[in-house]
Formats: sequence, structure tokens, C-alpha cells
Amino acid sequence: MHELSMAAAVVEIVCRHAAGRRVTRVCLKVGHLRQIVPDSLCFSFALVAKGTPAEGADLILEAVPARGACGECGAETEQPAFPLQCQACGAWNPQIVAGDELVVESLELEEVEVGAATQ
Amino acid sequence: MGQLLSNLVVGENVLSANDARARANREQFDQAGIYVINMMSAPGAGKTTVLERTLEYMAGTPRVGVLEGDIQTTLDADRLARFGIPVTQVNTDPGFGGECHLDANMVSHGLRSLPLADIDLLIIENVGNLVCPAEFRVGEDSRVMVCSVTEGEDKPLKYPLMFRSSDLVLINKIDLVPYLGFDLPALLRNLDAVNPGVPRLQLSARTGQGIEAWCAWLIAQRNRVEIP
Repeated sequence: MHELSMAAAVVEIVCRHAAGRRVTRVCLKVGHLRQIVPDSLCFSFALVAKGTPAEGADLILEAVPARGACGECGAETEQPAFPLQCQACGAWNPQIVAGDELVVESLELEEVEVGAATQ
Repeated sequence: MGQLLSNLVVGENVLSANDARARANREQFDQAGIYVINMMSAPGAGKTTVLERTLEYMAGTPRVGVLEGDIQTTLDADRLARFGIPVTQVNTDPGFGGECHLDANMVSHGLRSLPLADIDLLIIENVGNLVCPAEFRVGEDSRVMVCSVTEGEDKPLKYPLMFRSSDLVLINKIDLVPYLGFDLPALLRNLDAVNPGVPRLQLSARTGQGIEAWCAWLIAQRNRVEIP
């Protein structure tokens, strides 16, 4: 259900930017901390996109690992799971600097050729 | 004739439309001098019963209003209406197949049927769900999560998104601990693993244990609001 709501928000953004052009590909950045199930999001996207210019578009997910900046040693290390811990010095609770993303990065669109449009 | 493909850089946060509406709700709350709680939990954790005890304890000061979110029925709003407080129900059913959460837009519609001038503290009771409500800001000042001991000690680790976003965790049904073999220290450890040091209160909406401390927390939050 969570992915369905997210897919609906993605389709809304995509269609607004596409401005009537057909969408062939959508690139989405998904942070590790968003609890998004990729298969579920792709399935929901296909469903919600039906009847819109994004119907049939490929949804490409770029997974962004969680990273934390350590308040003790300053290292920035990957955070695979909770509890968050600096992988360099072992200090607890580094500040999250990546992994919270959920961003529509880019679209691939079909442009109508000038010649074709007038035929 | 070949199709010409172009690449368009967008860089838009998926939740930006919701966040903008949440900010608009927040402005409305600030103008009315209302402190707003977004209360979230799994289904059956006891949100509505906690609210019943809260309304009994507050007895009109501060003036509490409630916005109820549920997929269907007005059962919760009916339970709270007997306290004579402003309460409105938002059914998420007309949304996309029965939305499993409240979003900022639904809350903004619900606000139209609440007398904001007569409310000091608005509690938004979200749809029971441990995942989706955490994603959608609705314009709240604080997020309070009700986590009951019947749900198991591991829930913070399984649903970190919600536990991370909470400002206070109410550990409800604490009177049942002796009968469940529930490992309370383990729950607190898991809570700290996900949201280190998050304020937490143990209570029982059934026996009333801890309700006073919870209401004191609410009143302290409310008193920080500047009255316009």
C-alpha cells in the first residue's frame, strides 16, 4: 500500500513534467531508509500509470545506500542497518547524510518531430 | 520516421506536493494558535482509548479537538463525540482504493468542518498502520506513536521509518506485561537502536496508569505555542 501511494505521487510528478509528451523511462532515486520494496513500487507504477502519458514507461530505480557522518571522528560511512554506528571508529548515532532520498531524477520523453506534427 | 527521444532532468522530491500542503496546514494552525499532534500506531494499539482517557483527564482545559482518520466507519468519532468536543471524521475510502494513511490534503479538507477558533490542541488520529502514515507530514508540531506491548518487542526494528520519525512513544497496555511474558527492556533497547533517547511514557489506557504524565507532556507542548 505504501508503494501504491508513492507510485501515485511519482506518476503525478512525471505527467506534470512530461506536459503531454509520451514518457518512455522514469529514473527514480530511492534511499535505503525509505522502506520501499522495488518490485512492489514497479508493479504499482505500472498500474497507476495506465491511461496516462507514462503508461508502459520503464521505471528505473537507483538505490542510494544510507550513509552517516560521525560526530566523533568525522568519517562518513555506509549504514547497512540499525542501530546506526560509525564503521570507522564505532561511535553510535552518526548523522544521516544519505539514504532518505525519494526523488524523480529524470525522464525520457518522446518528442514530436516538427515535420510529423504538421502532417 | 524515427521517434526523437529527449532526456529531461526533473530532480523533484516525490513528496513535495504533500509537503507543500502540509506547510499550508501548518500556517493555518499557527494563525489559530493550535498545537497539533499526529498520533500514529498499528491497528488496535489503543489510540482511541488513549484519547478517551485524555479527554476525561483534560476536562475542557486546554480545549481539545480531534480529527479522526479511518478507511471506513465513524465508530471512533462517535466514541469521542460524547465528550462534547469538536471532532470530525475523515474517511480515506474515496481515495485510491481506501488510503491507508492521512495525507496533508485529506487533513486540509477535514479542517473545514472543525471550529479552529475553539481549539487549543488538535489531535489527528491517523489510520492504524505502521508504514504509510510515517511518510506523509500533515502539518503537525509533534508526532506521537502508540506502541502496545501486545505487538511484540521487535517492532521498532521492523518499522524503523515510523519509530524514527516519532517525537514521543507511548507504550500502551502496560498492565498486560505480567500476562504476556513481554520483554520491556528489549523493546526499549530496540527503540533506542532506531531512535536513540526518544522520549517514552508507559501507560495503560484501560487502568489509567500513566495518563497523567502523558497529559502533562501534552500541556507542556501546548504551552510552548505563542497565542496570536
